[in-house]
Amino acid sequence: MAKALINLKINDIPITVEEGTTILDAAKKLNIKIPTLCDHPDLSVAGNCRVCVVEVKGARYLQAACATPVAEGMEIYTNSQTVRQSRKHVIELLLSEHNADCTSCSRNSKCELQDLAAEYHIFDRVLLDILDPENLIADISSPAIKKDISKCIHCQRCVRTCEELQYVSALAVIGKGAEQHIGTFFDYPLNEVVCTNCGQCVLHCPTGALTERNYVEEVWDAINDPTKHVVVQTAPAVRVAIGEELGFAYGTRVTGKMVTALKRLGFDSVLDTDFTADLTILEEGTELLTRLKRALVDKDPEVKIPMFTSCSPGWIKFMEHLYPEMLGHLSTCKSPQQMFGAVAKTYYAQKKGINSKDMIVVSVMPCTAKKYEAQRPEMRSSGYQDVDYVLTTRELATMIKQAGIDFMSLPESDYDPLMGESSGAGVIFGATGGVMEAALRTAYEIVTGREVPFKNLEITPVRGFDGIKEATIKIEGTKPEWSFLEGVELKVAVAHELANANKLVRAIKEGKLHYHFIEIMTCPGGCLGGGGQPYPVSWEIRQMRAQGIYSEDENLPLRKSHDNPEVMQLYEEYLGQPNSHKAHELLHTHYFPRKKYLN
Amino acid sequence: MQEQNELIKILVEKHGRTRNALMPILQDIVAEKQFLEPSDIALVAEELDLSAADVYGTATFYTFLDTVPRGKNVIRVCKTISCYMSGKDEIINALEKVLNIKVGDTTVDKQFTLLTANCMGWCHKGPVMLINDDVYHSLTPEAAIEIVQQYKEKSKN
Ligand code: SF4
Ligand code: SF4
Ligand code: SF4
Ligand code: FES
Ligand code: FES
Repeated sequence: MAKALINLKINDIPITVEEGTTILDAAKKLNIKIPTLCDHPDLSVAGNCRVCVVEVKGARYLQAACATPVAEGMEIYTNSQTVRQSRKHVIELLLSEHNADCTSCSRNSKCELQDLAAEYHIFDRVLLDILDPENLIADISSPAIKKDISKCIHCQRCVRTCEELQYVSALAVIGKGAEQHIGTFFDYPLNEVVCTNCGQCVLHCPTGALTERNYVEEVWDAINDPTKHVVVQTAPAVRVAIGEELGFAYGTRVTGKMVTALKRLGFDSVLDTDFTADLTILEEGTELLTRLKRALVDKDPEVKIPMFTSCSPGWIKFMEHLYPEMLGHLSTCKSPQQMFGAVAKTYYAQKKGINSKDMIVVSVMPCTAKKYEAQRPEMRSSGYQDVDYVLTTRELATMIKQAGIDFMSLPESDYDPLMGESSGAGVIFGATGGVMEAALRTAYEIVTGREVPFKNLEITPVRGFDGIKEATIKIEGTKPEWSFLEGVELKVAVAHELANANKLVRAIKEGKLHYHFIEIMTCPGGCLGGGGQPYPVSWEIRQMRAQGIYSEDENLPLRKSHDNPEVMQLYEEYLGQPNSHKAHELLHTHYFPRKKYLN
Repeated sequence: MQEQNELIKILVEKHGRTRNALMPILQDIVAEKQFLEPSDIALVAEELDLSAADVYGTATFYTFLDTVPRGKNVIRVCKTISCYMSGKDEIINALEKVLNIKVGDTTVDKQFTLLTANCMGWCHKGPVMLINDDVYHSLTPEAAIEIVQQYKEKSKN
């Protein structure tokens, strides 16, 4: 049923909108900007910052535009003298308890509070500074997330993010009155609580209160150390987002320019995580088929079906904390980032004649959880820490700016050899459903000798932004060695955002849903919406990045992971077969049950 | 730990597993053992399927739900304006002396914790203090000391 239409006027301009629209959204339709801080399109309405107040004719008080629905005949003023003064006052109040030391803040020039302070000319501190000096000590216990509550404006976007998107609720509003702050369980340091390091709170925080741990200086030092051979890998989702920080429109594919920029920054070799994404598909696809065989033919009660993907480290930590009894369902494959590190410091080092101890592996990731993952003690298959430093997309953009590189005018170049080749299947890892699609392209062909029966290899049921997606693929015409799969309907599911993942896992645990294979990505939209991607974020922006990713896939000559010649070379010369002993040593891992609330 | 598990299980049976049950459960734990430990909150969170940070946030919102160790008897002296005017400072000084602790502290033998609190609605009979659930009003320093002595005696027996 169509919603009733409401007529109103904003700044004397008439407009008709659907019932239930907020004043904020109605104003947007007229291109009238109302400032906001606690409001975020991904989150529920909080209405606590009051910076969006507007005058509604006849109302006694100013109304919060983000939290007030329109009504018939409303007359709204977004720019009256009263409105402007109250907004200014709200910003002054926020700044009065704010550690507004912008020059030493990592959100400097990218901060929503700073922008408002500039816009409203808050030049004098008219209010008493009531910042509590005790709050000046930041929590840097986590290798991924820094929490500095002296920069917090209590908007609670982080709290809503962690609860509504991620079903983790590591953060909550603690205490009351002057002592109220954003904190964790018993105010324990972040690395001791249930946090997955996903960085969605960072991406949704309007200020510098939650930021990534920054490793730019360490990477510069490595580059400038003549005794080190420094290689860099770039994750699939970085290439469609980094342009946003450097002058391009949302979702622009800038792969070739990014590679040139990395070379100019001084990395000794510029390689691609997409290469190990392809490798992941061979390992994970083989693991899936082996599990299916053990379940269907050997009737082995130990084997765990469904198998969940394991490339998203936030999801892994989520499972370790919340569903430790289900860890056997996780694929044992490391994430592409960690496979890359392990292969780089062994195979690549050998081929190049470099001692692994003289190598530094840097990753550029759309992700903050990868910073944590790289430091997990078990991620040392090469005998050294396999991945030394993890930068987010944002940090790499900073380095490119620091180097004075005019990104927009750069020529394009190709990745370096040995671990730089990738297929379209590797690229689509960056979008929700991509790993599933890539795995199906390969597994189906292994089993039947034919391509997946989808036009242009596009497995559309697993594409798009529905929170949970499902598909069933009937396997027909199997090769003799896979005849046990003849006629089997392979049931798969895909979820992104941990809150959706939680729904799936719970239903599976309770025996309500049955699948063979499930892809989970921690972040909304998959890695393209990762916690390390450029600010700001919304579904429109994620959509544009997804388009970038799928067009990259479409345009690559290789579309299937098992067609990647460098991956095949790696197997021939070094690993043997997928899931071989050597492959297990380097490319697979194990998981650790963690407590739900107390570490 | 075993006892604590049982207490919480009993309370969950009694009050149920809905979000509404949270406050009564927390209150009953505090009634039993004076304060909430991390493991209490973790257990309650687990039983009610809530986040532990969330439950901790709820507890810290209420002055009476302590999350730091408290003595067997918790004394709260009202610090709000009427009691302030009628001499709460003298009461606090006297109590600090007799207990040999400062406001916020707990005695070494873990028998008493001395705290201040906001208005308890007895303004007309200030100064007022609360020991556990009992209100004592129209206090003088001598009266306050006398009352505390009685609690000391009681705990000896
Ligand atoms: S959070 Fe924003 S306003 Fe505050 S110091 Fe950082 S840049 Fe400045
Ligand atoms: S990093 Fe993710 S899990 Fe951790 S507090 Fe932030 S949103 Fe929650
Ligand atoms: S940490 Fe950031 S998102 Fe969370 S309340 Fe503070 S300012 Fe808002
Ligand atoms: S943006 Fe409307 S109250 Fe914060
Ligand atoms: S002011 Fe002390 S009880 Fe009201």
